[in-house]
Amino acid sequence: MAELSNQLMAFTVFAYLIAMICYAGEYAFGKRSVIGKAASRQLVGAGAPVIKQPTAPDGPVKPGRGEWSGRIAVAFTLLGFVLHLGTTVTRGLAAERMPWGNMYEYILSASLVGAAVWVGVLLRKPNLRHLGLFASLSLVVLLGAASLVAYTPVGPLVPALNSYWFIFHVSTIIISSGIFLIGAVPAAMFLIKNGYDEGKRSFPYTLAKRWPDAGALERLTFRLHAFAFPLFTFGALIAGPLWAEASWGRYWGWDPKEVWAFISWIVYAAYLHARATPSVKRTVATWIALLGFVTMLMNLFGVNLFFEGLHSYANAGD
Amino acid sequence: MTVVEDRPATADAPPPRRVNPLWALLRNSWRQLTSMRTALILLFLLAVAAVPGSIFPQRSVNRENVAEYFAAHPKLAPAIDRAFAFDVYSSPWFAAIYLLLFTSLIGCVLPRLRDHIRALRTVPPEAPKRMGRLPQHADGLESAQPAGETAVRVAATLRRKWFRVRVREQEDGSWTVSGEKGYLKETGNLLFHVALLSVLVGVGFGHWYGWHGNRLLVTGADQGFCNSLTQFDDVSLGPQVDASDLPNFCLKLTKFDATYQSTGQPKSYDATVAVSQNGGASESRSFTVNDPLRLDDANIHLLGQGYAPELKYTDRYGVSQTKVVPFLPVDGMLTSEGVAQFPDVNIDPKTNKRDDKLQMGFEGVFLPTGPTDGTARSEFPELNNPVLYLTAYQGDLGLDVGIPGSVYSLDRGQIDTGALKKIGGDRPYALKQGEKVTLEDGTTLEFVGVRQFATLSIRYDPTQFMLLIGAVLGLIGLMLSLSGHRRRVWFRVVPTAGDDARSSVIEAGGLPRTDYPGFGDEFTSLTRSLKEGTP
Repeated sequence: MAELSNQLMAFTVFAYLIAMICYAGEYAFGKRSVIGKAASRQLVGAGAPVIKQPTAPDGPVKPGRGEWSGRIAVAFTLLGFVLHLGTTVTRGLAAERMPWGNMYEYILSASLVGAAVWVGVLLRKPNLRHLGLFASLSLVVLLGAASLVAYTPVGPLVPALNSYWFIFHVSTIIISSGIFLIGAVPAAMFLIKNGYDEGKRSFPYTLAKRWPDAGALERLTFRLHAFAFPLFTFGALIAGPLWAEASWGRYWGWDPKEVWAFISWIVYAAYLHARATPSVKRTVATWIALLGFVTMLMNLFGVNLFFEGLHSYANAGD
Repeated sequence: MTVVEDRPATADAPPPRRVNPLWALLRNSWRQLTSMRTALILLFLLAVAAVPGSIFPQRSVNRENVAEYFAAHPKLAPAIDRAFAFDVYSSPWFAAIYLLLFTSLIGCVLPRLRDHIRALRTVPPEAPKRMGRLPQHADGLESAQPAGETAVRVAATLRRKWFRVRVREQEDGSWTVSGEKGYLKETGNLLFHVALLSVLVGVGFGHWYGWHGNRLLVTGADQGFCNSLTQFDDVSLGPQVDASDLPNFCLKLTKFDATYQSTGQPKSYDATVAVSQNGGASESRSFTVNDPLRLDDANIHLLGQGYAPELKYTDRYGVSQTKVVPFLPVDGMLTSEGVAQFPDVNIDPKTNKRDDKLQMGFEGVFLPTGPTDGTARSEFPELNNPVLYLTAYQGDLGLDVGIPGSVYSLDRGQIDTGALKKIGGDRPYALKQGEKVTLEDGTTLEFVGVRQFATLSIRYDPTQFMLLIGAVLGLIGLMLSLSGHRRRVWFRVVPTAGDDARSSVIEAGGLPRTDYPGFGDEFTSLTRSLKEGTP
């Protein structure tokens, strides 16, 4: 079962990778794509996306190409999600417990939530498909990092983790982190799109030409964060302290993980306040959300790798 | 620049008020402090100020790590210590930020609370004259009923949808219905912020009236612990707690079970104690890592475990002393380090005087499963092949100076000055359980047996439960404030002209008072349900 999980993991990353390439292909060959036009003009393949489409040097670009590439990407995203789910479930079955006992499993589960949110967005709002390149990119990077840096063989839990609070605390944090992480995608896209709308035409802004309306991206950002924030509050500031009280005797002890959860909470609270304040520009508020994303990454990777604390069950690949 | 009219004040008019500059400064500072901009900046400062606490070791978290940091950075450490780098969360600058933040919060919440109570008590306002200017608008909805009845029906529909409703008859024979909804958003918002304040106050009280201490407890009836200051290894009382306030109970660790995976990773710990409270009868209670022993006014948490070898030293006059000495684990396989000190040995029975040059100390490691390869690392945490490697020291242990030293290592100063000398060569003595070694001077040391010990954290925090309630209320408030939307709708019902007022026409308008993208859909479905006459 453990080996099956590892093999599924490899296929998952591979499926997301293909999806990512196809999303990129949609960018490159989409009928209104800047890169597509440039590529056909200059007869140069735009980097990675030249997998199956030879560039047509003359004649109009077939309208179906980008569309097809996008559909294949969605298919592979769904396939990847199913494989991802399989990886996580078999991992849990192999260990005979919830699959979030160490850093590898934590990333596996958190990114699964992110992928689920992305699949949900994709099914409900197909016109947001262009976000896929970034969503699949983050999934590939996260899962790749999990396999390369943080891989831990299947094993049972240490006694301190053997508690029913384990399920509440870790599951809510995984779900909320997954949503926060995926929420950073529309946040970054809003900033780029907004720059494009303001007339900026240098590198990252040019990507935004075919993206959905900036307002829609901004609202999606807010809704994802507004959903994840109470969940994170419950996981980190209620379930966590409850468990810490039972296990370590104190509800809050400024352990590095707790410090960074506190920092993330403060930053996301600042985002919600900034967004609710009319005098603060939406771009400023969104930058705060991205700062929150950085603090979450710091807590996920940095704290496990650099600091030693009570949350050191991580086994960060040593 | 304002233009000041230069005309004499009439006798009745109050003299122009000169604002006291100090008062103006205070007022402006208060306005600045309670502005959202300042609150945001303070939030960021708080986040940034929390960072050093994860970079530098904290005294409140781990004292030993702070000591290590001082040893590793002898120049830097005292300098940053002056800036409270090792006590970030109890430092004045951290306190300054959160106190300012909470003052700003109070200054923001109080006026909003007043406004909200006022809003809760005022009825929804009259419909605006020109509803076409509202963000949502619908006109020409026909109703087969007279205006008055239609207005009542509209009001009933709105009430069913949890709107606060006010129906007004106009002088021209038309009716208006005003509805408002979503007060829970602001209620939740205020609840969240008040809960935050209560949590801060609760944390403060918990700190004042709580206490906690640690104790390493070895199994056995001779190793009991009673809850008084002197019996703790370390203890910290809140400023409002006196030593006599500690609850009265005694503990004896009767059994400690640990089970392990074949890899040596622990599977479970289980401690059984005999506990007697307030001088009462002793009862047997079990507790484990995530399930503390909850007594009346204290909780006892199991933090860790280890082994305490039992050593018997027989001195040159044939007098024996037995000590149970806890050795502290240094790795996952419970390779443990410790020291056995026998200051009151080799006392000449004739003079009955202690010779300070003949005190004995043994320092070394304990391995629960001694390795086959001869290294000094345990192979497994269980007692499969317990081995002690000890080095013997003779001389003045330096225990009488009165300076509290570690009970897990010998006084390095005494060894450096030569007051305490190593005897018996460079290789440490290796002892298996039950074995005895004879030292150079003819005295003997016997490894009698091994006991388990548990490290316990004993705590009392009176406000914990209140904090939990505060946090849960805060979460409820947070969800209400994030999911709620304040909005107003108005309906004007006008009797159809020339129809003997048997039917009427409805005009509707809607105004979202907060950012609410779904309002259009809600408004449409509301007007549709009115048009179809279905609730």
